Amino acid sequence: MSETPHPPAVAFEHVTTVLSGRTVLDDVSFAIQPGEAVCVLGKSGTGKSVTLKTIMGLMTPDAGRVFVEGEEVTDAPRHALSEIRQRLGFLFQNAALFDSISVGENVAFPLRRHTDCDDREIDEIVCEKLVQVGLDADYAKMPSELSGGMKKRVGLARAMVLDPPILLVDEPSAGLDPITADEIDDLLCGLRDERGTTLVVVTHNIPSARKIARRMMVLDGGRIVAEGTAAELDQSDLTLVQEFMKSKGSG
Amino acid sequence: MNARALTYASSWLGSVGSLTLFAARAARDLFRPPFEFGEILRHLYELGARSAPLIAVSGLAVGVVLSMHTRATLERFGAESMIPAGLAMALVRETGPLTAGLLLAGRIGAGIGAELGAMRVTEQIDALEASGVDSFRYLVVTRVAACLLAFPLLTTILNFAGIFGGYLAETLSSGMSLQLYMQRAFAMIDFPTFVPSTLKTMVFGFIIATVSSWLGFNTTQGTEGVGRASTQAVVLSSILLIIVNVLLVQAIFVMFPSVR
Repeated sequence: MSETPHPPAVAFEHVTTVLSGRTVLDDVSFAIQPGEAVCVLGKSGTGKSVTLKTIMGLMTPDAGRVFVEGEEVTDAPRHALSEIRQRLGFLFQNAALFDSISVGENVAFPLRRHTDCDDREIDEIVCEKLVQVGLDADYAKMPSELSGGMKKRVGLARAMVLDPPILLVDEPSAGLDPITADEIDDLLCGLRDERGTTLVVVTHNIPSARKIARRMMVLDGGRIVAEGTAAELDQSDLTLVQEFMKSKGSG
Repeated sequence: MNARALTYASSWLGSVGSLTLFAARAARDLFRPPFEFGEILRHLYELGARSAPLIAVSGLAVGVVLSMHTRATLERFGAESMIPAGLAMALVRETGPLTAGLLLAGRIGAGIGAELGAMRVTEQIDALEASGVDSFRYLVVTRVAACLLAFPLLTTILNFAGIFGGYLAETLSSGMSLQLYMQRAFAMIDFPTFVPSTLKTMVFGFIIATVSSWLGFNTTQGTEGVGRASTQAVVLSSILLIIVNVLLVQAIFVMFPSVR
């Protein structure tokens, strides 16, 4: 008896998204396997963040279908979408911390909503996650008291607090100094290697992408124009891909 | 010119439709579990309890001014003894609910519009959804529920503060005792006078909470958009509140003929 193959962690089937009359994603199809780390590259406004938000079900495509672990996200009813989202972590570009509650409560938020853990257990998990991002001393601080890099690390702690099998990361190094950016890259690599977390990372930062990704996709004009390992993309004939791969941009 | 008018009309109708659907969803979800009791309590404190000082002080001032005007008019007819009753009737029937509604449209409407608008532009609403939380229930329905509960209570506070303000003005003018003032003030306040006019403020609360939340939820263009949402929340809520008040007064006259 043959083993049932795992469905892809994330799959796009002919996805098209039009925003304000502009086609942002144009018949895009791809599949990301469980445990894979994929970086989505591309110039600003080419639909990278839209791709992540579409996976999360925050945006609905005008055509095509999106799957997470074999379950369709597009047109999923509210409760089903909520369950799917619990298997996804999302680090927003600007962290998107809830500014009316403390750092600790931000990280605890998904636990309070989706688990039966008591306050002591929640505290333990939150502290463990904050230790991982190096912010255990900042538990009681409000988001407004944190720097951009610290906010991003809290955002990462919140995104991984339920230990989701898939993590979506939007511009992890944008606006950060190289040292902090490198620390966040290390955290993502740790999740990839130690937990087998599937990573979908949107970035402009090629050194960071080389470090995190096993596979890269380059978006241009709403389409995937190149796809492969860093070594494969280094050999690409496309000017855009060559320029990207030679860049040392820090996001 | 015609094309521009059509675009404008279509955009306006689109907004009306969107707001109507938003309000209908809020009304439906108010009665469908799960209920976010913790958030409702938090908003009852933030939107309700923290509005009480403004309402009480305003009510007191309105009462003093109403009493002064009423005295100036009734003195001419030698009917000063009617001042407490007249003032109480005016406050409870109309001045109290409408003043409370407009004051709260300013305080609560601006607050909700700005808070949800800021949450929208900083992706906090998306972050809630990404955490598997129904942002509409969590942010909108809880605020609507809190306003529905808080408005009649706040209106009652304003009414009582107004009546007490009237007493202060009256006792300074004529030396009337508190006991006599209150006896005369409440002589004509009965159930059909007090309850419908106070409960109609639940409709005001619904309008303010849904309109402000809708504007906040649909905020675009960064901080400028947040400011616009906040201002529009006050303006649109106030206009709708005044228009709906006319219909509600008419409805109360039909349902409680003795109030006429």
